Amino acid sequence: MVDLEYLKKSPWEKFAFNFTNYFKKLPSRLAAFFKSIPKLFVALWHKILSMFGLIGHAAKEGDWKTRLSFGIMGFGQVTRKQYLRGILYFIFEVVFIFYMVFFGWKYLVKLGSLGETAMIEVWDEAQGIYVYEFYDNSLLILLYSILTILIMCAFVCAWYQNIKGSITAQQILEAKQHLADTKDDIKALADSAYHKTLLSVPMLGLTVFTILPIIFMIFIAFTNYDTVHMPPKELFSWVGLENFVTLFGGGLSANSKVFANTFGSVLLWTIIWAFFATFSNYFLGMIVALMINKKGIRFKKLWRTILVITIAVPQFVSLMLMSQLLADQGLINRLLLSWGWIDDPIPFLTNGNAAKATIIIVNIWVGIPFTMLICTGILMNIPADLYESARIDGASPVVAYMKITLPYMLHVTTPYLITQFIGNLNNFNVIFLLSGGEPINNNLQYAGETDLLITWLYKLTVNQQQYGIASVIGLVTFVIVAVFSLILYNRSGSVKNEEEFM
Amino acid sequence: MENTKTKKLRSKKGAERTANTVIYIVLIVISVIWLLPFFILIIQSLRGEPGMSTSYFFPKTWTFDNYVRLFTETQFLTWYGNTLLVSVVVTIVQTIIVLMTSYALSRLRFKMRKPLMNLMLILGMFPGFLSMTAIYFILKEMSLTQSLFGLMLVYTGSSAMGYYICKGFFDTIPKSLDEAARIDGASRHTVFIKIILPLAKPIIIYTILTSFTAPWGEYMFSSFLMLGDPSKFTVAVGMKDWLSEENVNQYFTVFCAAAVVVSIPITALFIWLQKYYVEGVTGGSVKG
Repeated sequence: MVDLEYLKKSPWEKFAFNFTNYFKKLPSRLAAFFKSIPKLFVALWHKILSMFGLIGHAAKEGDWKTRLSFGIMGFGQVTRKQYLRGILYFIFEVVFIFYMVFFGWKYLVKLGSLGETAMIEVWDEAQGIYVYEFYDNSLLILLYSILTILIMCAFVCAWYQNIKGSITAQQILEAKQHLADTKDDIKALADSAYHKTLLSVPMLGLTVFTILPIIFMIFIAFTNYDTVHMPPKELFSWVGLENFVTLFGGGLSANSKVFANTFGSVLLWTIIWAFFATFSNYFLGMIVALMINKKGIRFKKLWRTILVITIAVPQFVSLMLMSQLLADQGLINRLLLSWGWIDDPIPFLTNGNAAKATIIIVNIWVGIPFTMLICTGILMNIPADLYESARIDGASPVVAYMKITLPYMLHVTTPYLITQFIGNLNNFNVIFLLSGGEPINNNLQYAGETDLLITWLYKLTVNQQQYGIASVIGLVTFVIVAVFSLILYNRSGSVKNEEEFM
Repeated sequence: MENTKTKKLRSKKGAERTANTVIYIVLIVISVIWLLPFFILIIQSLRGEPGMSTSYFFPKTWTFDNYVRLFTETQFLTWYGNTLLVSVVVTIVQTIIVLMTSYALSRLRFKMRKPLMNLMLILGMFPGFLSMTAIYFILKEMSLTQSLFGLMLVYTGSSAMGYYICKGFFDTIPKSLDEAARIDGASRHTVFIKIILPLAKPIIIYTILTSFTAPWGEYMFSSFLMLGDPSKFTVAVGMKDWLSEENVNQYFTVFCAAAVVVSIPITALFIWLQKYYVEGVTGGSVKG
């Protein structure tokens, strides 16, 4: 289709066109994505080759200072008056060697077996009892091995940078140019290297509290870490893909079938929940925003403030209150009973399907104020002359809504919708505080009828200590979220072409 | 001709008026639905009769006993103090980290910028609780489990990931301002402190507001970390305990009183800073 034809269409048709076009292009985009992965590896390979090239170059062309830097990090820098850099490199090397010799090495060699002896009983003559001596702790072996590997990677990078810096410094001096000294380096930290200053602390936090734990849990998914293999009393060991097989129903035990069954139903409900929670909030919130912002409606600020109050009250308060009000013996049922409107308590949260409906409705109550705020902001941005010309052309408010407001909103808020959808896939609070995943269903393994993947993961970890399976569920959740983001996130669409809407 | 036109106008005005009346009615109903639970919360906190619920709406005896019990019989004050301390520290650290990360990713150009943003995008797709077990053992090795400092570390540890909204705001500040200052010899650090930060007041307030309120409602991590030590609970963890089956009859009204005490300052803060909150939410959501 040529541009002119596209421009002639009404906004609504444009939206439909983009919508279908998007799904038509989906397979090719996914294919492109998977094709880009090998490309990434090729690029990485070239990068590594060029790194070796530089090291070879430094070994061949470097003077004695540069060559000594191969063994003594920072030597080339110190002898060229870059004292700060040189000393930092040297300290890092010394610390690294001490760390490896006295700490890291011990754990790394046991990574393959995750330990041989957990503990032994020793007869303590003095006290007259058996005492336990603990030896290998699989958990610590795994944790410190990962830490050691991360530190080794950091060391390799630093070593390479050290050589690179040394040979560059040598070349700069050979060309009789100015070489940055310590003073320049310190100055650069507030200017050309400012990102290092700003990002070092945030990245350290990210590494210790996000990257290291995630790598750890990925490894745990391949072990049999659970209640019967609990360090420090017991060891756990590598089991390969056994946990994955169990979860997907390929295992031989009866347990595996139940797990697969549970996984299927929890996954289904997670997706249904995310869909309804996202779209019900979105459309209802938009309608509320439209009503409040309609011309001629007074006390706009009052209506808005009333809704904002519900955001301000901590969510756990409102959710826990709701769970009590809606309980079988809760206020609402008691009131309805005493008024004679019902004969039996309504099982708001005790019947599986009713609980699901209740949760979605309560979530509407929780979520509408947010959507209302967001929509209000966007509605004000729709150019008023659009409506003006629509009115002159004789369009009714409904037509104006269908042809202007809705397409515009959908166009602008697509990223928001996607993040909402993904957030809802992992919405712990609403489910856990409202229903706790209940009602209990005996066909499900450690899960209730309204459990999402994330609350099931919580229960498996905290209550059942089935860490291996829980990690697999975590990984599966990640894959699902990643796939949804990949399918839904159309970077080339609404995000970049925001101006293209008209 | 004239006549029909005025008639049309008049009928249109009439239709408009009915439409507005309907909207007012709907808005009033909505307001009632949205405020009713909080109204119930306040009423229940003043209820003299014990038990989880009554078969009538308004309590028969009104009393402040629940508030008295809250502060004398329970550890609520400790929990409140814990939560306040944690959220103040978290707010300060998190705001600084978010501002630094956002500025670096928005204004500075370095080789690792794009890979870093992609990395954080991917890390954000892992369910947060997945890493909790590992974090727990890391903290245990540092003997920081069941400690408030450990909880602060957990909350602030990955705060760099919350840079999206703030970066989006920085992106809208014209680059020409930076460039002018740079020509005058200002370093990037000076630009950040003297130019960007003063302009970023709305987003700073937004960040403060969201990071201050988050610990009050966070249950997942704090319950796991503080398991078994009630003196280290945050309000959310402690109050959830009151609603367990064996406690709810005794403590429901106390729970309501505690909920009121927790909600009042945060609600006041929200209404006061509403403008900034709205700006942050709308700005951030559109840019994604």
